[in-house]
Amino acid sequence: MATFARFLNRLTTTWIVAAVVAAAALAFAPGSQADEFITVASTTSTEQSGLFKYFLPEAKKALGFDVHVVAVGTGQALDMGRRGDADVEFVHDKVAEEKFLAEGWGVKRYDVMYNDFVIVGPKSDPANAKGHDVVAALKKIAEAKAPFCSRGDKSGTDAAEKRYWKAAGIEPRGDWYRETGSGMGPTLNTASGMNAYALSDRGTWLSFKNHGDLVILVEGDVKLFNQYGVMLVNPAKYPHVKKEMGQKFIDWVISPAGQATIANYKIDGQQLFFPNYKP
Amino acid sequence: MASAMSLPIEARGLTVRLGGHAALDAVDLRLEGVAPVAVLGANGAGKSVLLRTLHGLLAPSEGAVLWSGSRARPRDQAMVFQRPVLLRRSTLANVEYALAVNGVAGNERRSRAKDALARVGLEALASRPARVLSGGEQQRLALARAWALRPRVIFLDEPTASLDPAAAAEVERIIGEIRAAGTSLVFTTHHLGFARRIASEIVFLHQGRITEKTTAETFFKSPRSAEAAAFLRGELPWQPSHDS
Amino acid sequence: MCLRGPRGDNRPMIDFLASFELAFQLISGGDAELWRIVTLSIEVSLASAFIACTLGLPFGAFVAVQDFPGRRVVTVVLNALFGLPSVVVGLVVYLLLSRAGPLGSLGILFTPKAIIAAQAILVLPIVAALARQFVEDAWREYREQLTSLGVSAARAVPTLLWDLRYSLLTVVLAGVGRSASEVGAVMIVGGNVDGVTRVMTTAIALETSKGNLPLALGLGFILLGMVLALNAAAYAVREWSAKRHG
Repeated sequence: MATFARFLNRLTTTWIVAAVVAAAALAFAPGSQADEFITVASTTSTEQSGLFKYFLPEAKKALGFDVHVVAVGTGQALDMGRRGDADVEFVHDKVAEEKFLAEGWGVKRYDVMYNDFVIVGPKSDPANAKGHDVVAALKKIAEAKAPFCSRGDKSGTDAAEKRYWKAAGIEPRGDWYRETGSGMGPTLNTASGMNAYALSDRGTWLSFKNHGDLVILVEGDVKLFNQYGVMLVNPAKYPHVKKEMGQKFIDWVISPAGQATIANYKIDGQQLFFPNYKP
Repeated sequence: MASAMSLPIEARGLTVRLGGHAALDAVDLRLEGVAPVAVLGANGAGKSVLLRTLHGLLAPSEGAVLWSGSRARPRDQAMVFQRPVLLRRSTLANVEYALAVNGVAGNERRSRAKDALARVGLEALASRPARVLSGGEQQRLALARAWALRPRVIFLDEPTASLDPAAAAEVERIIGEIRAAGTSLVFTTHHLGFARRIASEIVFLHQGRITEKTTAETFFKSPRSAEAAAFLRGELPWQPSHDS
Repeated sequence: MCLRGPRGDNRPMIDFLASFELAFQLISGGDAELWRIVTLSIEVSLASAFIACTLGLPFGAFVAVQDFPGRRVVTVVLNALFGLPSVVVGLVVYLLLSRAGPLGSLGILFTPKAIIAAQAILVLPIVAALARQFVEDAWREYREQLTSLGVSAARAVPTLLWDLRYSLLTVVLAGVGRSASEVGAVMIVGGNVDGVTRVMTTAIALETSKGNLPLALGLGFILLGMVLALNAAAYAVREWSAKRHG
């Protein structure tokens, strides 16, 4: 009996030591750079446009704290807010955002800026979609059964695309319509690879480095404007939400200084985002 | 719990089955431990199995092994194998490890280990990695390690089988010293000269059964069993000068 | 899924040489962002491998030497967990660490700690299963002698782990390598936040999805170089030890 007790003792000791060492390793692991930060849930297309790389350092200078942006699809970004994993939402799907507010997850929604969508496609334009009318273009692409790559995730871009198809009275189906189930970049990669049409936000398209044979064919349609909104996640639902810092960030984004910073962001001399906050 | 004693070792109706075949078959044996015992027999007779079972490494399939009347395996025994298993540490550390595992305190460990190495002539190689030692040196280390534990019994399974004659002679000399110091020895070997010189008693095994248990002198001069006689005949005729 | 179509004549080829040059430029230019990403990658990979090995090596060794009821089941489960899909681990850890989840109050989601935790969970079964195999093979050689010396199975665990240290180095390396190459789980629990949880693998994924393939490939070469250097160092250690210890 005593030997068993000694055995258990030595075994337990070894495990306790191992667990303590492991826990210590975790505890003293590199933490976040600053303890002063907020978490902003935003979208992959916004990140891939390069806006945050330009914009966040300015924000830090003005606000004095860090802004951590987690970029996922719009659906997932709003979901993060519902789970309390973000302090602020910065997405571009007004319908979904209003639903978010109505469900009580957000405090107030502010218009921030808009960018626009474009339809890109092969230079040869086999479906003859070129022009300034997105609905007409989609009708022609469906008729010609020209290859079209869609995101097919719960993103703002995808939601917009589905709305345009609906407006055209078409349910896109068939070999020519390919859903990648991925972000803007990968979808463009695939479209570039197979010389297909695709709907993209201008920002991602301009900073995308793998154009291949594709060019912008359809732009300027008012329907293609893509409105961004910003919301504070409701601290009543999640008391840990950093509401003071979050509100300060929102206040800066809609302030003249913040709006000017947005307008100043350019790729190849082209402005991507157009601030449009109206008090 | 007080450490149980090894001696006398008793096997009662001991049967050990390995792979469906009875390596030992209803063996009855009593070793008082006063005289060194050599277990002899042809290959496959069950010598190694007997040693391992008496040492407590193998469990009986039938029957029992009793140490000092108890079935509890005592700790005052040690074993040296044909090929020693040494740890990837220094020579000295290997001996110290054995002592540490058996509850010897830190400061005493070092002195006892050094002492043991000196007795087998390895003190110069104390800090050498044990695994780079020659075969003979490794076996001497195994002996030092076993001896340092101050066991009551040391089992040796063909301790000189893998060694060249010079190393074998050195190992035999050390075993002789261990015997002289009073530790009981139970061993197996194919080197009959070695058996004759060290053992006082012979246990002869044939196909898992003891056919003879006599003094060494009787066994080598006039074995009683037919199998033992055949065994001795099968070996090359030896004279004292051709000992191996 | 979109399928690959026929290649056009004027499509840009992936220029491996250009990517190689780019990688070299980034390193020699001392690009600050690159070094931040590299050091973070090294830190989280080593930390998670360390935790996984501290827990996994003794556990694997224990299963190898000690007989206990259910031992075979444990062995099979360990070997099965070898192929644990990393996205599943990422998702589960995310749900645990989310504010809406049980461990939300720890507040470590989207920080390096979350990455270390997820990677440690991924690597642990690998290390344990490999250790178990190595120790089981060695135990056949050591068992009789150690039992004879009075070493119990539990006591044998640290002895064997130390004696097999050079072979187990391979296991540790496998753990570090697996950690360093993980991307799916890291993306989910880390959020790939610029400057905070962006590591080599998630940076490569991001640049790839931005269509910035030369840069992505360049980063890939750097990551490969890191892992190669680590393995070369470990190989050297083993060679030295074999000469010294035999």
